Amino acid sequence: MSTSAPPPIAEPVESGPPTGRRSPTALLRRVWRDPGGRIGIVLMVLMILLALLGVSGLLPHGPIDQAPQDRLQGPSGRYWFGTDQFGRDIAARTFAGIFTSLRVSVVSVLAAAVIGTFLGVLAGFLGGWVDQVIGRLIDILFAFPAILLALALVSALGSGWVNTAIAITVVYAPIFARVARGPTLSVAGSEYIRAGRVLGIPTSRLLLRHVLPNVAAPIVVQVTLALSWAILTESALSFLGLGTQAPDASLGLMVSDARNLVSTAWWTLVFPAAAIVLLVIGLNLLGDGLRSALDPRQTSGTRPRRQRLTGTRGRTS
Amino acid sequence: MIGLRWAAVRFGGALLTLFGVAVVVFLVLRVIPGDAITASMGIESGTLTEVQRASLEHYYGLDKPLVVQFFSWLGQVLTGNLGVSLISGQSAASLIGAALPITVELAVLAAVIGTAAGVLLGMFAASAPGRWRDGTAQTVALLGLAVPEFVLGAVVVAALASYFGYFPDTGTFVPLTSSVTGNLSQMIYPALVLAVGFAANVMRTTRSAAVEVADADFVRTARGKGVPAGRIRSRHILRNASVPIVTITGIQFGYLLGGTVIIEQIFALPGLGRLLFTSIENRDYPLVQSSVLVVAVGFVVVNLLVDLLYRVIDPRTRAA
Repeated sequence: MSTSAPPPIAEPVESGPPTGRRSPTALLRRVWRDPGGRIGIVLMVLMILLALLGVSGLLPHGPIDQAPQDRLQGPSGRYWFGTDQFGRDIAARTFAGIFTSLRVSVVSVLAAAVIGTFLGVLAGFLGGWVDQVIGRLIDILFAFPAILLALALVSALGSGWVNTAIAITVVYAPIFARVARGPTLSVAGSEYIRAGRVLGIPTSRLLLRHVLPNVAAPIVVQVTLALSWAILTESALSFLGLGTQAPDASLGLMVSDARNLVSTAWWTLVFPAAAIVLLVIGLNLLGDGLRSALDPRQTSGTRPRRQRLTGTRGRTS
Repeated sequence: MIGLRWAAVRFGGALLTLFGVAVVVFLVLRVIPGDAITASMGIESGTLTEVQRASLEHYYGLDKPLVVQFFSWLGQVLTGNLGVSLISGQSAASLIGAALPITVELAVLAAVIGTAAGVLLGMFAASAPGRWRDGTAQTVALLGLAVPEFVLGAVVVAALASYFGYFPDTGTFVPLTSSVTGNLSQMIYPALVLAVGFAANVMRTTRSAAVEVADADFVRTARGKGVPAGRIRSRHILRNASVPIVTITGIQFGYLLGGTVIIEQIFALPGLGRLLFTSIENRDYPLVQSSVLVVAVGFVVVNLLVDLLYRVIDPRTRAA
C-alpha cells in the first residue's frame, strides 16, 4: 500500500485525489475486486498472450503462409478458425493482428500520454502566456473530428504502422494535455506548492514529486480509454487500406477482406471482428474499473450517503 | 438572455480556432512529400528542366514566402474559391456542395435515432441503478461501443445482399430531392449503423446524469409531495440531466460529420466522407485540403451552437 509513497508533505488536503500513495499491485487488487474490472483484466491478459503467441512462431501455421489447396476451409482441428481465400490460417492471422493492433495502440498512446501530460502540466503549472498558447493549440486540434485528423495525417505521411501510430499520437496528445491541465491547476494553487516554492525547491522537483503524482490518476484512466479508441482507429484505417499493408496481418484489413466472403465463409469475418470487440471491451472494463478504484469518493464518506439515498428510492418507486 | 459579452468572447474564440484550423490544414498539405507540380504532373515532373520548374513554381506561387502563400490561399477560401480538383478538373466547392447535403442528412438521421434510443435506454437503466435492467442496458451499451461501425456495416451490407438482393452502389443512389422514400430506404441502413455507437454514448451519459439528479433533494421533495413517478422522471430528472445529454449529442454530431467516411465507403453513398476518401486515394490534395477544412469548420460551428443551446436550456450556465 505504501511502497511508492511520495514525501509526506505531499498531502493534497484541499485538492486532487490522494491516489499517488497506492502501489500498482494494490491498485490492481482494487480493480480485481470490481466484477467488471476483473473481466477486463482477464480479457486483456488473454489478448496479450494470444498476441505473443501470434508472433512467437510456435503456431502450426504462419500468419502469411499460403496453402492454396486449403482455401476457405471452415474451422477444424487443423485450422482452428478456418482459412481465408488464399488458404492462410485465420487463427494465426487473428493473433498476429491482435499484436499489430496492440503495438500501434500502445506505442501511440504512450507517446501521446507523455507529450500530452508534459504540455498539460506545463500549461497548468506555469499559467500565463504558456497556458494561453498551449490551450489555443489544444483547441485547434480539437476542432478536427478525431478520425478525420488521423485520416488526413496518414494521407499526408503515407500508410504503414509507424505513420498510423504518429497520427494517433497527434490526435490523442491534446486530450491528455487537457486531462492533465485541470488537476495541475488546482495543485499549483495549493498551499504546499507555494510553501515548496518559498523553501526554494526547484520547479522540476516540484513538478515531478508533487504535481505529477496528483495528475497520475486521471491519466491512467485516460490511457486505457485511449487505448481502446486507438485499437478502433488502427483497425478502421487498416480497413480503409491506409493503415497496415497487405500481406501483413491486421484485424481491420481482415474484416475488409472478409466483406465479400462473409455470406459463404462466416469465419473470415467473425474471428477478427470478435478480436477487435474483445480488445475494446477489455480495455473499457479495465478503464472503468481503474476509474472507480482511483475515485477518491469511493473511499471517503460520500459513498454511504449515496447508498442510503439509492435505498430510499428503491422503496418508494 | 444570452449575454452579448459572452457571445463576443465565444465567437472571437471560435474565429481564432478557425484561423488555427486553416493554418494546420495548410501546413499538413505542405508536409506532403512533393508539391503541387509533382502532384499534378506525376513522375513526368522529374524530367522538367531547372527553368521549366522555376517558371511552374512561379505560376503556382510556390516561389513566394510561406506566409504569403498562406494568406493568398486563405483569401481565396474566404471568397468561396476552394481550388480545383486535380483529377476531375471540377471546382472543389461544387464537388463539396453536392456531397455535403448527403453527409449532413446521414448525420442528422443517425443523431435523431441515436439520441432517442440512447435517452430511452439511459432513463430505463437509471430508473433502477444496480438492478438487472441497469446491468443489461449497460452491457448492451458497452457492446454498442465496442463493435466497430465498419464491422456492423459489413454485416448489414452482407445481409442486405443475401436477403434483399440489395447491393449499395453510387450509381443507383437516389437523392432526397428526387424521391424522399427512395432516398430514405437507402439511407436508413447506414444511419442505423451509425446510430448504434451514438446511442451507446448517449445512453451512458443519460444514465449517469439521471442517477446523479435522482439523488438530489428536490427530487426527494417531489416524491414526498406525491408527484407521479413518470412525471418526476420527465419533468424533474430528465430536464435537469439534459445539459450533459445535449453536450454529448452535440459533440458526437460534430464527430459524425467526419466519422461518416467509413460508412459512406461501405454503403457507397456519394457524401463528403466518400469524397474525402477518394481524394486521399487519388492524391487529389486540393480536394483533401478543402474537404477537411469544410468538415472542421462544420465541427467548430456545431460546437458553438451546442454552447449557445445550453445557455438557452439551462439558465444556471448563464451566470458562469
